[in-house]
Amino acid sequence: MCLAVPGKVLRIEERDGTRMASVDFGGVVKEVCLEYVPDLRVGEYTIVHVGFALQRLDEESARQTLELFENLGLLEEEFGDPWQAAEDAQRADDAQQEVRL
Amino acid sequence: MKYIEEFQDPLLAERLLEDIHATVTRPWALMEVCGGQTHSIIRHGIDQLLPEEVELIHGPGCPVCVTPLELIDKALEIASRPEVIFCSFGDMLRVPGTGRDLFQVRSEGGDVRVVYSPLDALTLARENPDREVVFFGIGFETTAPPNAMAVHQAARLGLRNFSLLVSHVRVPPAIEAIMRSPDCRVRAFLAAGHVCSVMGTEEYPALAERHEVPIVVTGFEPLDILEGVRRAVRQLEAGRHTVENAYPRAVVAQGNPAARAMLDEVFSTTDRGWRGIGVIPDSGWRLAPRYREYDAEHRFSVEGITTREPAACRSGEVLQGLLKPHECEAFGTTCTPRTPLGATMVSSEGACAAYYLYRRLGGTTDAPLEASIR
Ligand code: SF4
Repeated sequence: MCLAVPGKVLRIEERDGTRMASVDFGGVVKEVCLEYVPDLRVGEYTIVHVGFALQRLDEESARQTLELFENLGLLEEEFGDPWQAAEDAQRADDAQQEVRL
Repeated sequence: MKYIEEFQDPLLAERLLEDIHATVTRPWALMEVCGGQTHSIIRHGIDQLLPEEVELIHGPGCPVCVTPLELIDKALEIASRPEVIFCSFGDMLRVPGTGRDLFQVRSEGGDVRVVYSPLDALTLARENPDREVVFFGIGFETTAPPNAMAVHQAARLGLRNFSLLVSHVRVPPAIEAIMRSPDCRVRAFLAAGHVCSVMGTEEYPALAERHEVPIVVTGFEPLDILEGVRRAVRQLEAGRHTVENAYPRAVVAQGNPAARAMLDEVFSTTDRGWRGIGVIPDSGWRLAPRYREYDAEHRFSVEGITTREPAACRSGEVLQGLLKPHECEAFGTTCTPRTPLGATMVSSEGACAAYYLYRRLGGTTDAPLEASIR
């Protein structure tokens, strides 16, 4: 019940003074209330919970997150702060020492 | 489907796992607050892919599980009345009250209906002006704004035959209560992403500071959960404790202002009892005084109901992360999703049901699960 799922806005219309949309969840289309995300546009994605759009899904941010995962490890070596890295390594060493002791 | 499959990519999962394995040096217990995350973790076997140092403790974030028994009994009482159409989300049907559940009330003639959205209950109220339509409004900060909107709309449309049986709960006071427990082993929290989609992250820095505990806002797909774990472990290993947002595609710091304004309008905060845990101060919402006429408890005066939990059920310990479901003696024997003793075995977000569904026996028994389903 608590689950909220992403869906794509297909159509928007005003009904009885309430902003409603048809939202596609991978083939299943449901009516969704847009009162809480009124500036949502057709073609955008949104998090939907019990018939309500709760937040827009930000495509740019999703792309950045995936990119971060792809570059994991690589980025750190290239652009990481060497002092921080050294400090972290030292800490990890100390921690291991503690465990051994 | 966009935003789902990409965040299940096994190659990227491998990268995240490698990073976690490379970072961790000693044991840490992390709690995922939300039952939806528990379900995802068990379903994808994420806990078994993590280094053995990282333990995931399942939190109390299943609304079906923590709704107090007393309120279930009130629901059963109201739903039994002939003038009432009682509307609920489907997963409340089998939650055991004292002696019976909504499913049984229905078979005894009660008009119990399953709806997808609280707005469906409003529609029923409009179509049945001679009946009383009651909506069972439970849930966390994600479900509260839809239910608030239903009450607001009922007032706007002048629908006098609609009311809400309400028991909303909030995550931050639960985190506070967990951290204050003397038995607490939790060192970091994965905060529930969609709760933060609504509420934002403003309530968390004070908690992280007070209890020196990292809090990472986390989504629900496997990569989201791995990223939440990765960031929490990095903080713990570096001795930091801040609030991080690992789910930025759906969470911004201020949350959803329109939804928060509606919550302030329709609800006021109140102490709430959590099933299996007890009363947590200021941990929930009730209808604000100006909406009192839409409060089903008030309208049907269902006070004075006494309740009794089955002694065998240890869901309180499960909900606080003190016990894993399969460690309960009743798990899979006298307690199954068909004959649940506790609410955590009912909802698919409940930890007991998730363990049962994905056959997590923890090596404590070899009995085939089917054998216990007659
Ligand atoms: S397995 Fe059943 S009896 Fe045991 S804690 Fe879970 S719900 Fe309660």
